[in-house]
Amino acid sequence: MSEELVVSGRVVQKARAIDFSRYKNRIAPLLEDLNTWSRGIPLVLAFFALWEALPRLGIIDTLFLPPFSTTVQTLFDLIVSGKLLLHVIVSLQRAAIGFGLAFLISVPFGFLMGWYNKFERYTDLLVQSLRNVSTFALLPIFLLLFGLGEPSKIAIIFYGASWQLLMNTISGVKSVDPIYIKAAKSMGASDWDLFHKVILPASIPSIAVGARLGAKISLMVVIAAEMIGAKSGLGFFIQNAQFNFMVPEMYAGILALAILGLAVNYLLVWVEKRTTYWKGETDSSFLG
Amino acid sequence: MDIIIAEKVNKKFKLKQGQNINNNGVASNQIEVLNGFDLKIKKGEFLVLVGPSGSGKSVFLDLVGGLSTPTGGVVYLDDKPVEAPSSKTAYVFQQYALFPWRTALSNIEFGLESRGVLKEERVKIARELLSLFGLSDFEDRFPYQLSGGMQQRVAIARALATKPEVLLMDEPFAALDAQTREILQNELIRIWEGTETTVIFVTHSIDEAVFLADRVAVVTARPGRIKEIIEIDLPRPRNGELRSSNEFAANRHKVWGALKTEVNKAQQDWKLAPQFSE
Repeated sequence: MSEELVVSGRVVQKARAIDFSRYKNRIAPLLEDLNTWSRGIPLVLAFFALWEALPRLGIIDTLFLPPFSTTVQTLFDLIVSGKLLLHVIVSLQRAAIGFGLAFLISVPFGFLMGWYNKFERYTDLLVQSLRNVSTFALLPIFLLLFGLGEPSKIAIIFYGASWQLLMNTISGVKSVDPIYIKAAKSMGASDWDLFHKVILPASIPSIAVGARLGAKISLMVVIAAEMIGAKSGLGFFIQNAQFNFMVPEMYAGILALAILGLAVNYLLVWVEKRTTYWKGETDSSFLG
Repeated sequence: MDIIIAEKVNKKFKLKQGQNINNNGVASNQIEVLNGFDLKIKKGEFLVLVGPSGSGKSVFLDLVGGLSTPTGGVVYLDDKPVEAPSSKTAYVFQQYALFPWRTALSNIEFGLESRGVLKEERVKIARELLSLFGLSDFEDRFPYQLSGGMQQRVAIARALATKPEVLLMDEPFAALDAQTREILQNELIRIWEGTETTVIFVTHSIDEAVFLADRVAVVTARPGRIKEIIEIDLPRPRNGELRSSNEFAANRHKVWGALKTEVNKAQQDWKLAPQFSE
């Protein structure tokens, strides 16, 4: 009886030791990231200082560039009054729907193109032709086709975000190490097994990168789309502030945009690390 | 009784577009890797294939494993021609080929999943195998958290999980350092001596071949066929001390004698040989 307890006690201890080492493994890179990140702070502070100084010293007219502190104050007021939040939510919603649709369509399509050479041969030329046309150049066409409402905005975001997702899915599928496929086949894996147990997990890292780049593009495109024929959203807010000569508000909007972009990027880097935990250390150059 | 019979096996690969090879003065876009390859492998024996690089040893394993089909001739497994991967065979690769997104335990479960074995039973089998290789504490580690030797142990465990009749091992220890290599050879022979599995093992190391094999089959330079089969008359169970015995050296000498001329031939040939692809 007592021996059994000792045995189970030992097992519990072992499990704890492993858990602890894992915990350590997760915290250490995080601290390292923070350390790398903190090195960038002085330059950002210098940038803000310059922004503060130039208008105050009269080198740039405050009418065109209000000092940094004024901009921050305006941003703060806009946040407190809740005026900005609505626009941010609207923009994020549009970007998320457009991106979501792009993900749902591009990823399966990418699997088809990456896996079936024949399918790729028939589709590649069209894909390459469309992919290389600037999304912004197509904005007027989308407005003509889908009108001024939500559909045109969603459609253009979908269009912009699709390509990166598609390309990364294709390259993810194509770069699956053939030895994994050979190993799976030798163990009697069916075609379906091969797809969802080998090709899918093996291409996730590449798809995750595509998703991060696609999300970035979604955010850029939504702002541009909202600057043409919209009544809400961060893009509309910035454009509107400019038209009404509310210059501090315009800068506050841009500042909000920068913060939002940064937040989305870090969120997606985090998601990327979560989905590729089995790779060990993720290349921190992804943080860029 | 013979479990595998290869009869007049021939295998040709098409070269990539624009590549040619000089076959006795005739330009050709095909490369013949196996030609007239005849071999009978007894049930339960440990057969090692040695031969110069490019002599088609790995190609032969692919044919037995059903991952490739012969251009001519037949490979029989249990009297039936091999046409697709069979549940009777399992493969161990030089590059381990563990799925990096699966833990050690879950990697071993892979082949059992395809056979519809239930989760509880899969885990039980996988844990037994991990403990056989002394890796019980590492079941929830991912491949990147394991050393090369540990990864290859997991890969062998994964192959053994489905209780194969024939284990195909393609230079499984070639990527390991010399010490780990010897330890794994000892472990493999210890585990194999307790089973009835037939092993076909490809290696470039004569020491490895002599230490492990019941018989060593020497393959000729490309196009490969069996040149000579050498019975290794060393007693079993075998252990590490055997390596320094006179009998070991004598067997080693025999194998090298048969192999030497083929390696020289291959080195001449190698200057002409381009990369081949299927």
